[in-house]
Amino acid sequence: MIRFSHVYKSYPNGALALKDVSFRVGKGEFVFLTGHSGAGKSTIMKLLFAELRPSGGEVRVSGYDVTELKVEEIPRLRRRLGIVFQDFRLLEDRTAAENIAFALEVTGARHDTIAARVMRVLTQVGLSAKSQAYPRELSGGEQQRVAIARALVNDPAILVADEPTGNLDERATRGVFQLLRDINAGGTVIVMATHDLDLVRQTPYRTIELREGAVVFDSAVDEADAVGTS
Amino acid sequence: MRLLTREALLSFRRAPLLSALSITTIAFSLFTLGLFGLVAINLRKALLGLEERVEIVAFVLRGTPAETITLATQDIAAFPEVQDVAFVTEQQALARARKELVEFRDAYRDLQANPLPASIEVQLKEGYRDARTVELVAERLRGFGFVDDVRFGREWVQRLDQLRNVTGLVGLVIGLAFAAVAIVIIGVTIRLTLLQRAREISIMRLVGATNWFIRGPFLLEGALKGLLGGLLSLVLCYAGYVLFRDRTGGSFSDLIFFRPEHMVLLIIFGVALGLAGSLVSVGRHLRHV
Repeated sequence: MIRFSHVYKSYPNGALALKDVSFRVGKGEFVFLTGHSGAGKSTIMKLLFAELRPSGGEVRVSGYDVTELKVEEIPRLRRRLGIVFQDFRLLEDRTAAENIAFALEVTGARHDTIAARVMRVLTQVGLSAKSQAYPRELSGGEQQRVAIARALVNDPAILVADEPTGNLDERATRGVFQLLRDINAGGTVIVMATHDLDLVRQTPYRTIELREGAVVFDSAVDEADAVGTS
Repeated sequence: MRLLTREALLSFRRAPLLSALSITTIAFSLFTLGLFGLVAINLRKALLGLEERVEIVAFVLRGTPAETITLATQDIAAFPEVQDVAFVTEQQALARARKELVEFRDAYRDLQANPLPASIEVQLKEGYRDARTVELVAERLRGFGFVDDVRFGREWVQRLDQLRNVTGLVGLVIGLAFAAVAIVIIGVTIRLTLLQRAREISIMRLVGATNWFIRGPFLLEGALKGLLGGLLSLVLCYAGYVLFRDRTGGSFSDLIFFRPEHMVLLIIFGVALGLAGSLVSVGRHLRHV
């Protein structure tokens, strides 16, 4: 589903954000990207949804070659992804349901199907009772659930979540994380950047750790190696 | 389409003050342009009035047979530049002089013989009343053997030419300047809207909206603002026109207002300005986020 091959990314000011990063993510996987601030997590996220292009190497996401992707093709790639951010990025002047419907309207979904699809994802994230609430009327955890519902409404193959629990208290964090696990159980690939190591340690999922733009640990590779050498 | 209209109208509702500001600025830019247009069409009308007085007079040698003159007038009437030809006999010339030149009435009454020559008066068609054409036609008239002398207000025709050129040039320059100012103002107001909605645009892009989908509502918004601004500017122009006409105490009572096609043109121009302004700022914004 995702393949990074010897990816380099440098910024116009000369800073090297990624150095020779390679990994693959297969169907149904849940992957944590960890590392300190500035380690390159967000750069990888942005490469996944073509907000950035690699300076070298190859990035393939859901069949699209991000390196060669034409500008007109970027929306098509993004419609196959769900994207979730730390700051939720909801439209303040629209209700929860309208925020989700917006993501469908943008993709030209049939008008008569929108309400039902919105209700389905709101139920999935446990917020069907708050469909008419505005973001300011919702708690942080609830706002993030709306954002996740918006990411899910187009039935994405991959959900990209950049520090989705970064702004949440512990209880909300657990709730949102459980939601992501449920979504993954349904077959959706999840790539989640986080620096919440407690969360990472509690779960059996694959972890890719970055330091200064390079992969220093990949549990899928390193544990397989460990098994191989023992 | 429904979504496009809804999003465009939503921006009016969400930022009524900014929208009102954009519409008023567009209206005032077009109003200045419109006022200038009014001055221009009225000036043009006045110029046409002056032009109608351009006339070439060919004095006829005494004793020229009437048939020769009749044939010649037919020839002259067939010139492509000529609108009207009139033959004025010696008697008619005298009668006209007696009537028009009151101070010399006594002198003309005591005359034993008529000193005034007969003449052929030629009027040119609209569009041919410039110095070059007048010279050309006068030269052709001189070619007739019976023509003694040809007169036309040479300097006067040349002045008219200059006036026409200057007003045309000034009109073009000022018109272009106002149009440019209007485009910049519309661009700035749309840019303000864009900055206000930068977050929304970035979210639209994240959920997979195409650039044309994002542009659509802004373009419609720009066009709508242009349309409303155009209509408002027409109202302002009309108010200004009526006020000026009535307050000047009749000396400008024959001023004209825009014809319907001019009004439509002004509105279309407003819409085009609105579209141009939003296209420029949306294009620039989308390249930068």
